[in-house]
Order: sequence, then structure tokens, then C-alpha cells
Amino acid sequence: MRWIREHVIGAIAVMVLLYLFLPIAVVIAFSFNNPASKFNLSWNEFSLDAWTQICGVPGVCSSFVTSVEIGLISTLFATILGTMISFALVRYRFKGRSSTNLLIFMPMATPEIVMGSSLLALFLNLSFPLGPVTVMIAHIMFIISFVVVAVKARLQGMDPRLEEAARDLYASPSATFRYVTFPLVLPGILGAALLGFSLSFDDFIISFFNAGTLVTFPIYIWGAAQRGIPPQVNALASLVFIAALVIVLSAQVVAWRKRKALAVR
Amino acid sequence: MAPIAPAASVAPSAAEGSKKRSRIAYFLLIPGLAWLSIFFVIPLVTLFITSLQTESTRRPGTYVPGFQISNYTDALAEYWPQFVRSFVYAGLATAFALVIAYPLAYFIAFKAGNWRSLMLVLVVAPSFASFLLRTYAWKTILADDGPVTSALNTLHVLPDGRILNTGIAVVAGLTYNFLPFMVLPLYASLDKIDYRLIEAGNDLYGSPQQVFRKVTWPLSMPGVVAGTLLTFIPAAGDFINAELLGSTKDKMIGNVIQTNFIEFRDYPTASALSFSLMAAILILVLTYIRRSGTEDLV
Repeated sequence: MRWIREHVIGAIAVMVLLYLFLPIAVVIAFSFNNPASKFNLSWNEFSLDAWTQICGVPGVCSSFVTSVEIGLISTLFATILGTMISFALVRYRFKGRSSTNLLIFMPMATPEIVMGSSLLALFLNLSFPLGPVTVMIAHIMFIISFVVVAVKARLQGMDPRLEEAARDLYASPSATFRYVTFPLVLPGILGAALLGFSLSFDDFIISFFNAGTLVTFPIYIWGAAQRGIPPQVNALASLVFIAALVIVLSAQVVAWRKRKALAVR
Repeated sequence: MAPIAPAASVAPSAAEGSKKRSRIAYFLLIPGLAWLSIFFVIPLVTLFITSLQTESTRRPGTYVPGFQISNYTDALAEYWPQFVRSFVYAGLATAFALVIAYPLAYFIAFKAGNWRSLMLVLVVAPSFASFLLRTYAWKTILADDGPVTSALNTLHVLPDGRILNTGIAVVAGLTYNFLPFMVLPLYASLDKIDYRLIEAGNDLYGSPQQVFRKVTWPLSMPGVVAGTLLTFIPAAGDFINAELLGSTKDKMIGNVIQTNFIEFRDYPTASALSFSLMAAILILVLTYIRRSGTEDLV
């Protein structure tokens, strides 16, 4: 009885994790399905067709490439802008700090549909043509806040004595930044960029409002949901999921090894 | 997670705060803040202006600047059921997410030991698989002839004898999709609790329930507030779950805004609804934060 009571919370935790992964298991499993109808919703028979002809359905791969391109460009800009803001917030004194914080917080507390529709209202009123540019503008806007949060946390967690040591050793401010500060913050920036890319790549609501005739990967899936999602989409999504998991887990392993090495010393 | 991050501390080197240094600060801030002002703040103003536009008498289907307050009253008179439904569904999903997420966050913070960072990765990992596809997968899991529905039907607990295409499926989908937003802030605030306080409660013969009610729960309040907000806000504005998992009777306000904006091109009505949603959420969030007494959330 005691044993059960002590392990019940662990059992619940494992069950919740399984629940989180249940739909992903379905997504991956149905990439190996040969659907009986055009709707890939119930299991018919095992097939590798979706994987061997992953671009076999028109529009799937081109929308995928579009999403990757938009994700990379948006992430690059948002990471630069967001990192600059984080440095200002953590390292400098300036007037208007609280309104800056509010401006950064607001996009995260606003439903996507409000941001998507208000940007569309702006573009419509300016008669600005919808397409990749408007989607990237929108993505950069909503990613900046997440980058600021991630990089700021890293900057705040840094040991200030490391930079003091560099200055004590007569390193110029730019050398201190280049050889001490930046390398220390870099993992935080890379983490923020990864987060930003995954947000951009998977964004549907804001993109849908501002894409015009442009088809990103989520927009393709949305359209396909009405007439049947081909298993190729499942295969591509599974690939993305596994790639992201590998990146994040290897970062974990590297951090873990570092900790272990430090502990030995 | 964002809202619970402490206010930025100023590094000792910045203490001088000379004019030159604050000039560097503005140089660093202005590009990003300008972007947010032009593409977040100004659009909200445009949305408000659009919501008051009137249809042109000369060219029907186009809209001219105006001050048509009736756009709001008409839209809300027609779509109030979807409005109320959005808040009810989002509220239910938030409550379920809290109940599901708390044990997981508690376990990661206090019991996971070396597994802690791996488990945190596993909480975030589902977001790497497409949101739309994961929601679509629930169609398979909750299908009428699927195991979940049959199991619940043998217990006779489903009012319509099915889950898919009912409000239950929509709430289930919302709960699932925004669960990580609940787990992470809960974990962050549980992790900050000094475990000795919980041990002290046990040592003083508090029952597990009493220790939870009097020590753990109150101390985790910042995480509860942040998590419920981060779950409720996106859930209230969502239209994906209602579209993929619900029937036409389960539509939420997001569906209405989306169809009015993109299909009907009734921009003033859609803008009025979108602006009302924003205002309603803002009021709700502010009262909620004030009542739960954690004002230093930002």
C-alpha cells in the first residue's frame, strides 16, 4: 500500500507523458498506412509508399520547402533583433524599461487570431500584396518575444565574474565581448533560434491570415484536411519530429557530459 | 516561461549609467521595438479602425472609414453563443490541463532526479510534430468505432454515444494541445520551492493533503496563474480544434472571425469580433491577476 502511494505520482507522470505522445505515435504509424479511401484516418494495410515517394503528391514538398525557407529567414531576423533587446534589458539602464517589457510581453499574451487578423487589416488597408513577405513580417514579429525571453534568461544566469576576470586581465570591451560574453551566450541564442524556427515552421493561424495564395506546410495540411491528408505529409512531419528530437537530445547529452566533466575535476 | 521571469537585474558594470551607455541601449532596442510597434501595435489600431468602417454605398463589398458602432452590437448579437462557447471550452480545457499537468510538473520538480532535464525535453517534444497533424490524429483516436469511444459507450457516459464531432472532442483537443504551456510554468514555480518547507510540513505531522493544501499549492500559485493564462488565452482564440474535431454546432469565436475575414470578406464584422475578443481576454486576465494577487507577473 505504501509502495503504491509513493509511486502513484510517478505513474501519473508517465501516463501524462504517454498521453502527450499518443497522437505522435498515430501520426508516425499512419505514415506507413496505405489508406483505403483518400482520408488517412483508419488503418488499412502496411505500405512504404509514402516514404519511398515522399514527394509523390504534388504540392507537399514545395510547401515544405516554403516553410523551411520562411522559417530560416524569419528566425535569422528575429534572433538578431531579439538578442539585441535582451542585451539592452540585462546590461544597460535606460528610460522606458517597463513599457519595453510590456511591449515584449503583449504578443505572447495575445491570441494568434487577433495578431493574424490585425496584421491582415493593416495590409489590406495599405493594399500591401499578401505573400511570403507578409508571412515573414508576421513571423518575425511573434518570434522576437520568445527570443528575448530565452536569451535574457541565459544572460541573467551567467556568472558576472567571468567577464570581470577578462576585464581585470586587460581585455578591451570588444575583446571581452568576443571571447567571453558571446561564446557564453551563444548556446542560449542557438536555443532561442531553434525555438523560433519551430514556432515559425509550425505556425498556422497567423500565416493563414497573411499568406494570400502562398502555401506553407501547415496551410497545405489545413487544405488537405478537407479532402484527405496523404500519408506523405505524415512521413515529412515524422522526419521533422525525429530531427528536432535528435538535435535537442544531443544538446542534452553534451550539457550532461560537461556537467559530469566539471564534477570530476 | 516568459511571464514569470524576474525583472532584469542591472549588471554592476552598468551602474555608472552614463549617457553614452544609454545611447548604446537605445541602439540595441530600437530595431526590435520598432518592428513590434509597426507590426503588433499599429495593426491593433488598424483593426479597431477597420471594425468601425461602413460599407461603401457606391461600391458594395468595399469599406470606407466610418464610426459604425453598430458593427459591434450587430456582431455580438449574432455571434454571442460562439463567444460564450469559446470561453466555456477554453475554461474547461484550462481546468483539465491544470489537473493533468500538476502531477507531472510536481514529479519533474521533486522526484525526477537525473531524469529531470530529459523529462522536460519530452514535455516540449510533442510541439515538434505538426500541431495540425496531432489534432487530426485525435480524429483517429476518438473515432466512433475506435477503442476510446467503445469503452466509454459500454459505461454509458457519453450523452450522444460518440466523442468525435461533439464539444467533448473540441475540449479534449484544446486540453491536449496547450498542455505543455501549463506544465512548464508549473514546473518553474514548483522548482523554486525550498523542499525543506514541504519536509517541515510533514515533520510537523501534517497529512499529505494538508501539506499540499497549506504549503505546496500556495507556493506554486505563480506557476498556476501563469500556466492557466498561457493555456486559456490561446485556447479561447483557437479555431483549429473546433474545425477539425467539432461539428458546426461546436464552432468557437475563432471560426467566426476566420470565416468572416477570409471567406465572407466582411472585414468590419470580423474586426469587431477580433477586437472584442482581445478586449474580453485583456479584462479577464487583468481581473484574474489582480484577484490572485500576483501582479509582478510580467
